[in-house]
Amino acid sequence: MKIIDFLSSVAMPMVILLIVLYGVKEKNKIFDTFLDGAKEGIKTTLSILPTLIGLFLAIGTLRSSGVLELIIRIASPVLDIFNFPSELMPLAILRPISGSGSIAVATDIMKNCGVDSVIGNIASTIMGSTETTLYTIAVYTSCIKVKKTRFILVAALAADVAGIIVSTIICQIIA
Amino acid sequence: MLNIVWPIFIIISFSFAIFSGNLENLNNSIFESTNSAISLSIDLLGTLCLWSGIMQIASKTSLIENLTKFLNPLLNFLFPKLKNNKKIKKEISMNMAANILGLGNAATPLGLKAMKSMQEINEKKDTLSDSMMMFIVINTASIQIIPTTVIAIRNSLGSQNPTSIVFPTWIATIIAAIVGIVVAKIVIKLTKGEKF
Repeated sequence: MKIIDFLSSVAMPMVILLIVLYGVKEKNKIFDTFLDGAKEGIKTTLSILPTLIGLFLAIGTLRSSGVLELIIRIASPVLDIFNFPSELMPLAILRPISGSGSIAVATDIMKNCGVDSVIGNIASTIMGSTETTLYTIAVYTSCIKVKKTRFILVAALAADVAGIIVSTIICQIIA
Repeated sequence: MLNIVWPIFIIISFSFAIFSGNLENLNNSIFESTNSAISLSIDLLGTLCLWSGIMQIASKTSLIENLTKFLNPLLNFLFPKLKNNKKIKKEISMNMAANILGLGNAATPLGLKAMKSMQEINEKKDTLSDSMMMFIVINTASIQIIPTTVIAIRNSLGSQNPTSIVFPTWIATIIAAIVGIVVAKIVIKLTKGEKF
């Protein structure tokens, strides 16, 4: 497992180093470029804040009212057959539909189950390995005004399901 | 989509709490949710700014162009019909390279350009072509080296090791992409014909 930890921790420094080296090689005002990008980061964060407030309200109250617990309790006998933690079900459902919605749900799960717990790791891995499928399909098909999409959704959702299943298995193995 | 989901969540949980007398918890979580949204945003701010800055440097270099060379053999397998169309292949590989680096803002416009070029050679303008199907599936598979947003969230929640999920994420992404590509190839075969 040491090699896995090593690869995980070396990835980010390597990418940053590679990009900075490239930047130095090809451009001299590298820090100015960095600042331009970092300013964009402020805009991005501020622009998702209202969405996060709205979604944290919806998901927080869903939890505190007891509805989430009820849903999880109803679904868990089925999910137990597949050895899938029922806490993750809301994330699995929301992930293909809404990007900011799934960020809110994943954060909620990580906070309540522990960010370094197995479930927290699975939630993280699901977030990293899947995409907001419905949004992506909508953007790419609507730009060329295509009407017949030939069951593309089936293939894209199959990838999401595979990503969720593999995330669940691999995090349980590593733990 | 959230215009439908959001009110449903609110209506269900508020009425459930009122009927089950769970009001104290509900009231607490209403205020707590706004606070946690603010504190998450503040914690995310640093990591996201850092990455946007690094990625801005990457987008100004020829890193993307260089990455596209490695992708060429893969592209010929995924898009057999575009084998001799260098222009579209270049646009597709630029989009994929941007996705791999996590440059979401750069990837989408590049991807839309590729879609438009593929539409030009599409025989049935109202239907997705084989190449378009494959291209969309690859874009929904989220192939990236560093899952920056997740790392930022983990960091903000005080994780002991925010980057520990990088390797598991690679495995999950690659398998998800393979499953997506295989299913897409099958769907492409099955939906050849007039009906679709």
